[in-house]
Amino acid sequence: MNNYKKDFTILRNNPELTYLDSTASSLTPDSVVEKINEYYKNYRANIARGVYKTSEQATEEYEKTRQKVANFINAAEKEIVFTSGTTMSLNMIAYGLSNLVGENNNIVTTAMEHHANFIPWQQLAKNKEAEFRVTNIDKQGRLDLNDLKNKVDKNTKILTFTYVSNVLGTINPVKEIIQEVKKINPEIITVVDAAQASPHLKLDVKNLDCDFLAFSGHKMLGPTGVGVLYGKIEKLKLLKPIFTGGEMISEVTCQASTFAELPHRLEAGTPNIAGAIAFKESLKYLKKVGFENIQKHEQKLVKYTFEKMKNEFGDDVKIFGPEKVEEHSGSISFTFKKYHPHDIAAILDQEKNVCIRVGMHCAMPLHREFLNVHATARLSVYLYNDKNDIDKFIEGLKRIEEILG
Amino acid sequence: MNIYQEQILEHYHNPLNQKKIKNPTHKSCGNNSSCGDSLCIDLKIEDDKIKEISFSGEGCAISQATASMLSEEVKNKKIDFVKKLNKNDILKILELELSPARLKCALLSLETLQKTLENETK
Ligand SMILES: Cc1ncc(COP(=O)(O)O)c(C=O)c1O
Repeated sequence: MNNYKKDFTILRNNPELTYLDSTASSLTPDSVVEKINEYYKNYRANIARGVYKTSEQATEEYEKTRQKVANFINAAEKEIVFTSGTTMSLNMIAYGLSNLVGENNNIVTTAMEHHANFIPWQQLAKNKEAEFRVTNIDKQGRLDLNDLKNKVDKNTKILTFTYVSNVLGTINPVKEIIQEVKKINPEIITVVDAAQASPHLKLDVKNLDCDFLAFSGHKMLGPTGVGVLYGKIEKLKLLKPIFTGGEMISEVTCQASTFAELPHRLEAGTPNIAGAIAFKESLKYLKKVGFENIQKHEQKLVKYTFEKMKNEFGDDVKIFGPEKVEEHSGSISFTFKKYHPHDIAAILDQEKNVCIRVGMHCAMPLHREFLNVHATARLSVYLYNDKNDIDKFIEGLKRIEEILG
Repeated sequence: MNIYQEQILEHYHNPLNQKKIKNPTHKSCGNNSSCGDSLCIDLKIEDDKIKEISFSGEGCAISQATASMLSEEVKNKKIDFVKKLNKNDILKILELELSPARLKCALLSLETLQKTLENETK
């Protein structure tokens, strides 16, 4: 058995459960759950407003996570804004930058985006009558870097793209892309969707040199409902706060308001205090395991899955995304003969208690306009998975043939 | 519970009423955006009755089998009867219990059929 499974009550209590859907949301180790309880049981109070001890303790715990997140991605504390998740972060960036975009501008993104990093920008472009440009992918689901360089020009206000694709498993060369586009247009604002990178790769925003970056706690062992918006401080200042209200102001009169300093200006209202406090325990856990080990482990499982699927089913299974294991993160999307992905997932669940995700994975343009399939099935691996999980998945696929064949 | 019961598999493997009908009086399509299923229905209605029906589309075993079984069920039935069909009628036809996610697959054909009744060709 995988060493890490023991840290997760849900896996200890359900030894027959095979969870292969961490790309949608990861499981949460006990240390994180205990930290959530610690807050509710011991210092349950609002933050930043109380002058009594429990409120002070809650505030301190909340701000400690900000420090930890800053260290985790090599940023400064005031560059870290807490949100409810990647979707909220990306919307705050898109709407917060909207005044900078005009009808002569264009916004560039890619064909492999999750809807969370597609629709806010498509809407922004539409509202401002700006051009919305979508970069192509190649046959193996890798970004077409030449096409990207052709799409970016002097009028490109924003380039926004994902670090890792949640469907194809493609890992984009973020640093190189940012270097290249800045040669074409030094003023370009770069936004990175790191929702699928933060659980698996060491993030270093200084090294990547991105202007904004977004990710979610719940995909990296953390609680649901907490996420991060990172912005280089001089770029963060450009964001117009789209939420206004309590805790984000400096002074309010009946006529006007002035806003608080960053990052508080972008955190209106009472946040997910327990979630943010416990989030640092998941960062600690990831740090203890180490990203090198996580990647090695995942690559081993991806390789094993590729081989098993090929050996057992040959060309009956079609896997999307990069063919080389080193280029493919832990999300593996596939189709199996004529079987509809819904039936694949339902039978895996019904017969083997294996959880996978099916559908369009919030990437409709990718499926419809680039992969030309109605839907795919996707398994994804994380640090608590092992070869037994993959074996059970393979056995489940065989049952599909027996039941529907 | 095993939802892949014999009656479902029978209709999944050999769906009825897939042959295009000539000169349909009503047509429309529906889809389920989370799973990518899509379904189109053609009808020939005479004297407030469904005389002919055909469907085509992409979908899982549940959605395909439901379309097949439902299309048999409504043949020669009054429009008013079809308009009143609901979730429970579908489950009765299928002889199944379904989770909310799979229920959506099963209801696609009913929703599309009821929409088609409102969609006269020309
Ligand atoms: C690449 C990518 N971006 C954004 C998101 C949205 O994340 P959240 O639902 O946590 O806001 C996801 C989640 O599936 C994702 O995979």
